[in-house]
Amino acid sequence: MDFLLRFRNALVLITVLVAQALALAVQVRTPDNAANPDSHGVRLIRRWTTGVIAPFERGAHSIGWVLRYGWSNYIDLRHVRQQNAELQQQITRMRLNEAAISEDALEGRRLQALLAFKQKYVATTVAAQVIGTSGSDLTHVLTIDKGSRQGIKVDQAVITPDGIVGKVRDVFADTAEVLEINDPTSGAGVVLANTRIRAIMRGTAAGRAQIGNLTADSRIKPGEPVITSGGDQIYPRGLPVGTVESIAPDPDHQPYTAIVVHPAADLNRINEVLVITGTQPDLPADAQQDLATAQAQHAADVAASQLPGLHDSDAQTPTTGATTPPTPGVTPTLTIPHPTPPLHTDRYTSGSTPPASQLAPGAHVTPTEPVPEPQSRKSAPKDSTSPDATQ
Amino acid sequence: MATRSYMSRREAEQQNFSLPVALFVPLAALLLQMMLPRLSPRFAILDLPLIITLFFAISRRAPIAGTITGATIGILQDALSSTPIGVNGMAKSLIGYAAASLGSRIDVDNTATRTLLTFGFSLLQSLLIFLIERRLLGLTGFHMLWLHELLRAVINTAVALPIYLSLNSTRKQL
Repeated sequence: MDFLLRFRNALVLITVLVAQALALAVQVRTPDNAANPDSHGVRLIRRWTTGVIAPFERGAHSIGWVLRYGWSNYIDLRHVRQQNAELQQQITRMRLNEAAISEDALEGRRLQALLAFKQKYVATTVAAQVIGTSGSDLTHVLTIDKGSRQGIKVDQAVITPDGIVGKVRDVFADTAEVLEINDPTSGAGVVLANTRIRAIMRGTAAGRAQIGNLTADSRIKPGEPVITSGGDQIYPRGLPVGTVESIAPDPDHQPYTAIVVHPAADLNRINEVLVITGTQPDLPADAQQDLATAQAQHAADVAASQLPGLHDSDAQTPTTGATTPPTPGVTPTLTIPHPTPPLHTDRYTSGSTPPASQLAPGAHVTPTEPVPEPQSRKSAPKDSTSPDATQ
Repeated sequence: MATRSYMSRREAEQQNFSLPVALFVPLAALLLQMMLPRLSPRFAILDLPLIITLFFAISRRAPIAGTITGATIGILQDALSSTPIGVNGMAKSLIGYAAASLGSRIDVDNTATRTLLTFGFSLLQSLLIFLIERRLLGLTGFHMLWLHELLRAVINTAVALPIYLSLNSTRKQL
């Protein structure tokens, strides 16, 4: 008893340390569910702690937002109508561009379909604001102001227009935690865009995103874009991840190389993110509509190029010789194609049939000498609207 | 008739805090720790929970209280980050115990002493976290950047001194 009283301080310390060491041992064992490595107890602790802190975070974020942007928002509102109109026009232009690009990708998708490749397209997203961080430079976790009530679920991908940010690690009622791609416990399936090498990108303790499962390959150069592969079932395929920043031998894992990836999204200064809440195997409805419009437009263009007579000869656009690049400064001329004259005329030869005024019902038709073609018709420039041109 | 009792110097200098202070100051430190890196990622070098752990430990001068305060704040810090729960908890438990033990032996109200204590314990925490990550968790890729940790200790010390001064007014002499 005296021993316990005398060394009670040290005993309490040892008890606390041993308890935490045991807790660590339980946590670092190989998880049954790779997608959710935390055990039930750990999840409860994280949930309670976040539940206590998150309301204060939201409140502080709201106050800070009002203080920082309250007046400027009022000033900006005066120009918002004009900006909205400009943005709508920009969206229209971008949708047309996207449709054109989608059309170019059609062939690739058909080939993928032949290979039974499962493609995922972003169907629905939820915009969220970042209201907090993990507060440490050893871990990289963001807290966002959307949770399960807004449809957020664990393991959903989080992106910005620049590139991927991370995945949802934990979800609460009105907040969620996002594990960034440069956190030591995160991982993503990626593809090096130029060399088409598949790899796994992980975060490091130094807060960098790194590919560490590839051996030395001279084809991989700094500056090569890195995109998501879709193989991790979290990030849809083809999203920008970043660019290769450096390649060096990995001293901790020989003979592998440490390929440091510079993230496309600025992970240190993120204010708004998009959470991908739904994917689908086909293009979204509006994108499909845009694609159909583009295809129809393309078909009309092809048909129009094959009907030169319907075009205005004064137009600057060449309607024939599509493969020949137009000479600068020279107006292209409209050339109407004519068949070569026959060597021996017969009753099918153009101009061999007598005029209708000389014909009688039931009478035998004797082929006549073909009418010589007018000299003017042989000249290249011709009014495309004349009846002859349409024969 | 007034009653008199004998107490040690340590017991005479022990200080207590009201429940709201003991509860909300660590929570405020955790909250600030989470929000400051949003303004600038450089703020992540700060460790406000460590500063608060040190303040309560050296003020109470009770190793058991220092251990439990450090463990609680550390576990909360772990719960808010992606590290396994116990990394910061173990480090801060040891820091709280050591700071409280030192606080009962030396005059920790002196500014110079507090500066040295904060600097030294900040470095000690970096070393403890390195050992836990590297040895207990087996993360071979975890490296210690000593210059960075030295800078962290200097910055934490500079920030800690005004915080200690402002929190001194919340103390209640026993």
